Amino acid sequence: MLSRISRIGARLLREAKAETRAGHLISSQGSLYQRHVNRHSAPVVTPVLSLRNVLFSTATSGGPDESSQEKISVTFVNKDGSEKTISVPVGMSMLEAAHENDIELEGACEGSLACSTCHVIVMDVNYYNKLEDPTDEENDMLDLAFGLTETSRLGCQVIAKPELDGLRLALPAATRNFAVDGYVPKPH
Amino acid sequence: MVSGLRILSRVVGKLRPLLVHGPTRGFSASAPEPLHVCVVGSGPAGFYTAEKMLKGHEGAQVDIIDRLPTPFGLVRSGVAPDHPETKIVVNQFSRVAANDRCSFFGNVTLGRDILLSELRKTYHVVVLAYGAESDRSLGIPGEDLKGIHSAREFVWWYNGHPDMYDLSPDFRNTESAVVLGQGNVALDVARILLRCKTELATTDISDYALDALRGSTIRKVYLVGRRGPVQAACTAKELREILGLKNVRVCIKEADLVTSPADEEEIRNSRIQRRVYELLCKAASTHKDNNYKYQKELHFVFFRRPTRFIASENGSKVGAVQLEKTALKVDEVTGKQVAVGTGEFEELKCGLVLKSIGYKSLPVQGLPFDKTRGVVPNLRGRVLSCESETATVETGLYVVGWLKRGPTGIVATNLHCAEETVVLNWNPEIIGVVTIFISHFDTQVASILEDDKKGVLRPPSDSEKHGRLGLLEILEQKNVRFVPFSGWEKIDSKEKMAGQPRNKPREKITTWDGLLEAANV
Repeated sequence: MLSRISRIGARLLREAKAETRAGHLISSQGSLYQRHVNRHSAPVVTPVLSLRNVLFSTATSGGPDESSQEKISVTFVNKDGSEKTISVPVGMSMLEAAHENDIELEGACEGSLACSTCHVIVMDVNYYNKLEDPTDEENDMLDLAFGLTETSRLGCQVIAKPELDGLRLALPAATRNFAVDGYVPKPH
Repeated sequence: MVSGLRILSRVVGKLRPLLVHGPTRGFSASAPEPLHVCVVGSGPAGFYTAEKMLKGHEGAQVDIIDRLPTPFGLVRSGVAPDHPETKIVVNQFSRVAANDRCSFFGNVTLGRDILLSELRKTYHVVVLAYGAESDRSLGIPGEDLKGIHSAREFVWWYNGHPDMYDLSPDFRNTESAVVLGQGNVALDVARILLRCKTELATTDISDYALDALRGSTIRKVYLVGRRGPVQAACTAKELREILGLKNVRVCIKEADLVTSPADEEEIRNSRIQRRVYELLCKAASTHKDNNYKYQKELHFVFFRRPTRFIASENGSKVGAVQLEKTALKVDEVTGKQVAVGTGEFEELKCGLVLKSIGYKSLPVQGLPFDKTRGVVPNLRGRVLSCESETATVETGLYVVGWLKRGPTGIVATNLHCAEETVVLNWNPEIIGVVTIFISHFDTQVASILEDDKKGVLRPPSDSEKHGRLGLLEILEQKNVRFVPFSGWEKIDSKEKMAGQPRNKPREKITTWDGLLEAANV
């Protein structure tokens, strides 16, 4: 329970931080409400794989769930080659984990499989093979990711599990002019 | 659980004051000299530029102006109402707008309320991100007939854009609609025409559009493309969605799916083309028989180009489109397959035509503009005085987004091929490809930051630029009632309230007067 609370805490903290960054504290209620409305009034929204769901499910499941307390180590490799290793609770997506640790990974659609901004490259093919195959929907988005590789995934769809301990993820390098002027998705 | 949350909220409450330090650093005693930036246009291009500027320069003070009282450009007026997940990005944009170094000025039109020269006098940096608000034309006979609209007009109409609420397209006197083009916008408009109306009823579609569509007699939609299924300009996500619509039979001629060696080469080289082609093949085989249970039909018409519009019997509106059969030929210069006419014609009866062949940007006074390409001449986003080699850089003036490189990827030597060369990354379904945008804005903002480091933007002699204060002064002089971001928030909450009883995320306010009244300006 304690670790669960601390995770919810991390979430709230992050929201508080985001708001502080945005310069207004009082909107906390508003933004939560808005999310609530979005989630429930929009029938075609794909279920969001995020801490929000984890939060709800753990809150209602009651008894302790051993696996949710486990953490794995994940290393993000930046565009400039610098690295950051973080520990990620099992069950959390890499997008959430990156955001909780101030790693610059965009997430325009907040994990609803409507964009490719959280594109990451799994650096070791053995780890890539440990992941579930991408769904058609994820592949549709990967079509549009730039700098696509054989081991590309969307960060929001890579969920921490014990076998992934030691995972290394590269943020796609910025091949800028190429992308702006005549972007061609790389063949698989 | 409840008590846990209570403890938490106390913890967070204690921590909050600690968190305030970081973001206000910019205003401490050693606050950097301000760099006054004005971004024109508040769509994704505008907001991403603002975000990157704020992140990249501690002294940047960014003002975003928009001609509409509402922000977010095509996210509000372009993204289809049944794609709410695509609109989630406005959360991010709203956080940018809430930054205290950023302000929004809606209801301010460049070229009318304020001149480009005035903006350049007031700001160190002016970034034009106002996109493409006009349409390419086919340039074929009969294009002015009633019942022919551009896809942009139609999209603005169902999305409640205040300039298009009175379009009133006629769905009642015909059973067939023709969409020219096979890109994602074409798929969007076709899907809105075919989608079951109870599904649309819980989206943020404008109320008048929902009413009109409910009375629609259209049951056949034709998507016409100059080239074949291998070259279709849509993305797999959009295609998968339309192929899976309820009660819609998908019709694809099997002969059209036969590939040439050149097609196979294309499929091998492009993952996206391969996946789109595979989806079309799959749809063709699953929909081959049992047509009786479907109420509506979606026809993919490949290898056809429109050559003229034919008036209906009483002459008042469009009654058919004349199409010329095409064949693919490898262009010797580009090496790409292009469609050429075969001299064989046919007519396709219809009462509604939506042209989805590309958008076009409009120039403003004082801005170098390449009319044939519909873009502003630029070097990595820095505006150039003209197209020629002797061009000089217009100091402090930049372009991003569609205005920079055009809404389609065409080299406009042949306007008629617009629909087949739509470049995926510049489609109004923007967010699917936002990564590309982001790297684009990295480059853009890098140019600005580089120029500032060189001292080009803020020469020591120049103390005339007052940024926001200067803008406010000009707007006051001209008696322009601008809508601040708080005004938009009022519109936003009013719309959400109005949507609630109908189980819609929002009921859009669709007139200028209504918007200004709701914003309380």
